Amino acid sequence: MTTSSRDGVCRPLVWAHTLASLAYIVIVLFAGMLYSLQFLSLFPFPNVEFLSPGRLRMLHTNGAVYGFIINGFAAGLYWAIPRFTGQRVWNEKYVGWFMFGALQAAVLATAVGLLAGYAQGIEWAETPIFVDPFIVVWLIVALFQFGIPIYRYGKSGPMYVAAWYMVAGCVWVPMVYVMGNYIPQFFVPGIAGAAITGTWIHDAVGLFVTPIGWGLMYYFVPILLRKPVWGHSMSLLGFWGLAFFYPLQGVHHFLWSPIPMYAQYAAVISTVVLELAVVTVIVNFVLTLRGQFGQLANDLPLRWIYTGILNYAITCFQCAIQVLLTSQKIIHFTDWVVGHAHLIMFGTFGFWIFGILSYLSPKVKGLEPRSTRAGEWAYWLITIGTILMWFDLLIAGVVQGVSWMSLAPWMESVRVSVPFWAIRTATGTMIIAGMIMYLVHIAESRRAPSAGRAGSA
Amino acid sequence: MSSSSMERFAPIVLVAGLLFFLFGTFWQAVAPWLSLRHLPYKSIDEIAQTVPPTFRMMADDYPDEFKKYFGEPDTAAFARALRIGRGVYVAEACWHCHTQQVRPVSNEELRFGPVSYPSEYANALQLPPLLGTRRVGPDLIREAGVHSSDWHMAHFKNPPAVTPGSVMPSYGWFFDKDGSPGERALAVTAYIQWLGSWIPNHAYELPTRPAAQPEKQ
Ligand code: HEC
Ligand code: HEM
Repeated sequence: MTTSSRDGVCRPLVWAHTLASLAYIVIVLFAGMLYSLQFLSLFPFPNVEFLSPGRLRMLHTNGAVYGFIINGFAAGLYWAIPRFTGQRVWNEKYVGWFMFGALQAAVLATAVGLLAGYAQGIEWAETPIFVDPFIVVWLIVALFQFGIPIYRYGKSGPMYVAAWYMVAGCVWVPMVYVMGNYIPQFFVPGIAGAAITGTWIHDAVGLFVTPIGWGLMYYFVPILLRKPVWGHSMSLLGFWGLAFFYPLQGVHHFLWSPIPMYAQYAAVISTVVLELAVVTVIVNFVLTLRGQFGQLANDLPLRWIYTGILNYAITCFQCAIQVLLTSQKIIHFTDWVVGHAHLIMFGTFGFWIFGILSYLSPKVKGLEPRSTRAGEWAYWLITIGTILMWFDLLIAGVVQGVSWMSLAPWMESVRVSVPFWAIRTATGTMIIAGMIMYLVHIAESRRAPSAGRAGSA
Repeated sequence: MSSSSMERFAPIVLVAGLLFFLFGTFWQAVAPWLSLRHLPYKSIDEIAQTVPPTFRMMADDYPDEFKKYFGEPDTAAFARALRIGRGVYVAEACWHCHTQQVRPVSNEELRFGPVSYPSEYANALQLPPLLGTRRVGPDLIREAGVHSSDWHMAHFKNPPAVTPGSVMPSYGWFFDKDGSPGERALAVTAYIQWLGSWIPNHAYELPTRPAAQPEKQ
């Protein structure tokens, strides 16, 4: 199964990762939905050990990163890298399919391990300890699989922006993963260990998901708009700003904790400064769109991607405010942070993956992406659902924070949160309905348009 | 560096990929470790040298179950209970609903007790650390003695029955078939009662605690 065509893309691999990504997002959504019912005292399986709500929460978050996002990104990378570097990946037939199988095995082992009670006690690293070595090997193989074509292409001169992000991301992740999963687990306890887990939590998002995501955007946006990205020096500023300031922020997950203040101050300051780099990236992409705003109306992949970029801008702006030590007094530990996490993981990276996959699914079959009614429903249901969920959780967070500060009995903060949690479950239902529509859209867009319907689509 | 040399493979891998990463990691992770490396470290067996009274009381309250799972309430049994209890706390993701850190802001000192300090985390039960990042339920680092062990048993079995409106899940599988506390119920209670037991009597001095204690109302 290595039917690569002249552009060097192994289409079966792209499609396999697409299917895996879509399968996991469905599981992730159901786990999130079930867990959200616990907050309404409506959990349907009380006292079933393997469906313990806490375990489902870990399935929800780990499934999102390791299942949905990594597979979605892999589909994008297998398509983008050969096309803009002119080089095939290291090896499709053996390494490609081995990586595909190994990733699914690792995610399934994680799911089973978490539900069976073998979680590791580190946020985002709950993958059972026996799964970790396999993920490390996978990440190192991925470094070669995607790094080799970029290296060959980079030998002859300056590289395109997408390549900077992708190669840097592939170099960062194995180091970040080993640091986060092993050092606080076996070597460094307590407060110093917490500083390391904070750095890991942040790097997993900032040095893996973010650079690969932006790398894919620098490839797909110009392709969809059929023109280059607006400003080259803006791209440089964005990349080097991110590369320098992102690794400095880990401790902002533990502000006001006993971690030494020099680390906390550095985290706060670099987080605020990073937003300047983010602004250059956002402005760059918005100016690229200039003159073609109309295309958003009927180009679904482009619309998903730009909605994701807008959500990224909102999240980062929010981040600069919430990281201040004053805001932390109120919103730390509350649903505010959960809202923030959904807008970035789903509203940005998830939306980018939806854009990429709805573009690639017909493409790998030789068809052109087209708009369908189900696709429109999917877009609006998921977008409105996500934004409402985000907004709902932000307010819930402030209410909870103020309630705690007021020294009212703890249950007071739970009681006032219940209406907000009910809205979260309702918006989650919208998202699930949208997801079903999205799957219908993917299936439809892979059917050759019949002559009659082509006109109306 | 000219701008085109910043677009080549080697500087991106070496400067952005490695150098910047090491710099950031040094400041955020290695430096705190160097600052705190002299704190005296305790293994679980060392911690278990002081068996808190709550553990002995559990042996009296549930003599058959305690004997079956832990034998005598000695240091070896306490070490085992702490290990299993902490394992349960991780496996059930209690730490995604409960923190273990009291911050010096937002009246937390009044609600939970003394502010957290680094040396109380320098032990094998904080490897990996369980400071937590989300509070659905209250912080637990000062939980020792706030409730009786009986209260915890009833609470784990059915939280809303003890605290009306609670959204904490019930943990029926911590208990044996006849409903008496199983190994996990005893162990996780021993672990919870240990949290903060190194700070004497704080639980009785807090203005907010009575409100959190339905059995005293
Ligand atoms: C879905 C979130 C959630 C999970 C998971 C959870 N709890 Fe709770 N917990 C709560 C809430 C809410 C309260 C406050 C209401 C109450 O007393 O039940 C609470 C209260 C408590 C209390 C009483 C605190 C006090 O000072 O009154 C203890 C002890 C406790 N939980 C331990 C645990 C342990 C141990 C686990 C894991 C086995 C756990 N919790 C899992 C939400 C949760
Ligand atoms: C049906 C839609 C969804 C529902 C109902 C839902 C529900 C939840 C709930 C209840 C939590 C736990 C919050 C808490 O601890 O208080 C959570 C956490 C989280 N979810 Fe979702 N979720 C949904 C979709 C998603 C998707 C699609 C993603 C990512 C792609 C995602 C990523 C996350 C992350 C990263 C967290 C951790 C937040 C944190 O610890 O701060 N969720 N979700």
